[in-house]
Amino acid sequence: MSTNTYPAPTTMPERHVAAPDLDFVRRSKPVSVIADSLVLAKRYLKRIPRQPDWLVGVTVMPVMFLLLFRYIFGDTVQATLPAGVDAVNYLVAGIIVQGIVFGGMNTGLGLAMDSKEGLMDRFASLPMARSAVVLGRILADMAIAIFTTTITILVGLMVGFRPTSDVVDWIAAVGLMLLMAFVLAWIGAIIGLALKTVEAVNSIGFTFIFPFTFLSSTFINPDYLPGWLQGFAKNQPFTLLLDATRSLLTGYPDSGDKGWMVTLYLLLALVVLVPVALWMYERRISQS
Amino acid sequence: MSKHQDDWRDAAIVVEGLEKSFGSTQALCGIDLRVPRGKVLGLLGPNGAGKTTAVRILTTLLKPDAGRAEVAGIDVVAHPDQVRANIGLTGQYAAVDEILTGRENLIMFGQLYRLSTQSARERADELLKRFDLADAANRTLKTYSGGMRRRLDLAASLIVSPPVIFLDEPTTGLDPRSRNGMWDVIQDLVSDGTTVLLTTQYLEEADKLADNIVVVDHGRVIAEGTADQLKSQLGGERLEISVPSGTDLALAERTLLEIAGSNGLADSEVMINPETNQLTVPFALGGRGLPEALRRLDAAGLELTDLALRRPTLDDVFLTLTGHAAEAEQDDDASTENAA
Repeated sequence: MSTNTYPAPTTMPERHVAAPDLDFVRRSKPVSVIADSLVLAKRYLKRIPRQPDWLVGVTVMPVMFLLLFRYIFGDTVQATLPAGVDAVNYLVAGIIVQGIVFGGMNTGLGLAMDSKEGLMDRFASLPMARSAVVLGRILADMAIAIFTTTITILVGLMVGFRPTSDVVDWIAAVGLMLLMAFVLAWIGAIIGLALKTVEAVNSIGFTFIFPFTFLSSTFINPDYLPGWLQGFAKNQPFTLLLDATRSLLTGYPDSGDKGWMVTLYLLLALVVLVPVALWMYERRISQS
Repeated sequence: MSKHQDDWRDAAIVVEGLEKSFGSTQALCGIDLRVPRGKVLGLLGPNGAGKTTAVRILTTLLKPDAGRAEVAGIDVVAHPDQVRANIGLTGQYAAVDEILTGRENLIMFGQLYRLSTQSARERADELLKRFDLADAANRTLKTYSGGMRRRLDLAASLIVSPPVIFLDEPTTGLDPRSRNGMWDVIQDLVSDGTTVLLTTQYLEEADKLADNIVVVDHGRVIAEGTADQLKSQLGGERLEISVPSGTDLALAERTLLEIAGSNGLADSEVMINPETNQLTVPFALGGRGLPEALRRLDAAGLELTDLALRRPTLDDVFLTLTGHAAEAEQDDDASTENAA
C-alpha cells in the first residue's frame, strides 16, 4: 500500500487520545518537497538578522573586501591587467565570487549545527519530505547569495564600477554567479554532512576552499602567477566563471565560450553533487 | 483482522527480536518490548545500554539489522512515513531552534507535521498556554531556562497529539525543580491516554512515571516488571547506616554482613557509598530484628550518625541485576545549562 502523499495521523481504532481539531494539508510528494523546503528556508532566513556575526559576514565583509582591493591594492591589481581594463570593473566579479564561496561554507556550517543540536534527528522523525532539510538550507543560502551579490554590485557602482552590459548580459552574468553559488552550496552541504563537528567544517572550508578561489582570476590576472600555477589557475572553474562574467558585464576580453564551458562544468557537477549530498544526509541520520 | 491490527488493539508498541550493530559493537542483541495502549513503559539502563538505539529504530531514524517493530500498528521499516505521522519524539537534547521564538518553533514544527499555517498557529498558541509558556512565546529560546526549553521541546512533539510519544531521557540535565515540573507534565499526558516510551537513567523517574519497567544493559533486557515487582525480586527491606567520616568502612561492612547472616541472608552484598559514608545491606527481619542489629553494631564499636530501615529502591535492583550501579551522577555538569 504505497501512498503518494504524506499521511496525517491514522484514525486509530478506539483511540484514547482526544485528537485536537486540526486542519491537515494533503500535498503530493513533489509539492511537499517544495513546501517543506520553504518552511525551513524561512527558518534559516529568520535567524540571520538575529545573529550579528552572520549578518556581518553577508553584508559588511564583501564591502570591506571591495574597498580594501579598490583603495589599498587597487594599483597592484591594475598593474596586472591588460590596457583599457579598469581595476574596479575587474574586482567586482571577484568580490561577488568571494561572497558566494563564504555562502557555500555557511550551508555546511548550518547543517553541521542542526546535526549537533539534535534538530536533524527531530526533522527526520517528522512526516515531512526528507530532502527538504538540505534543500531548505540551500534555498535560504541562495537568497543570501542574491542579497550579498546585490550589495556588492551597489557598493561597486558607488566606487567606480561601470558595467556596459544590456539586460540579457546582466541576466546571464547573475545567472552564472547563482549557478556557481548553487553548486558551492551543495559542496558545502556535503562537507557539513561529512564532518562530525562545526569546527571541522569551518577549518576545512577556510583551509582548502578559500585558497582555491585565490588560485584563479579572483583578484589579479593569473598571467602574473608563478608559471607552474598558471595552467591550473587559468582553466579552473572559478577563472572561467569570472572571466565570462567580466566579459558579460564590462566587455573584458574573452574567447567567448568560457561561459558555456563553466555552465557545462557546473551542471555536470550538480549531477554528482545532489545525489551524493542527499545520500550523505541519510547516512548522517543513520549513524550512531 | 490482520495480526498487526490485532496487536494494535492492545499494544501501541510491539518489538520482537530487535538487533542492531554499529561496526563491531552490538548495540541491541535481540530486544522484545510490548507497551499496552495508554501506558508508560520505562526503559531503564545506564549509558550505552542500547536505550537510545531502540528509540531511534522505533522513530524510524535507524533501520534494525534484524527483528520487527510496530508503532501504532504500523511496521517501522515498511511504512516509516506513516509511523512518523503518528509519533512525537523528544530527544536527549532539547532539539528546538535556539534562535527562533517559542511560537516560531511550534508553528514551524506544526507546518512540518503537515498542518495548514492557520491550524499550526492556533495549535502553537494552545500548546504555549498549556505548557505555561504563553508569556515567553515571543522570546527567542536563548532566553529560556533549561526547564522551559524542555517543555517547549515536549510541546513540539505533541502538536498533532500523536497516539505514541517517545521521551528519550526527558529530564537529563535538569535541576530537581524543573524535573518535577516535567514529571507533572508527562503525567498529565498519560492521563490523556497517550502511550509513552520513556528512557531514563534515573531510577526514581522510572519509578514515578512508568507503569512497567524494562531494565536493559549491554543491549539485552535483563529484567521486566512493575517497580514493585522489581523491588520484590530482591526480597525484604534494606538496612542503611551512616557513619562519621574516618570510620573504618571495612569493619562496618563486615559487621553488616554478620547482621545479614543473622537474618539468613548470608551471601548478601553490602552497598557502600564512600562519599556519604552510607552502607546498605538486605534485611529480612523488619523492625523486630533491629535491636539485635544495633547490639552488633555497638559491639563492633561503630558510631552511627543515622540508621534506617527502608524498602529497596530501583538503585538496589540495578546493582543486584547488573553487578554495577546505574550511572546517575555524571549529569551534574549538564544541570548548569539552566543558568541562562
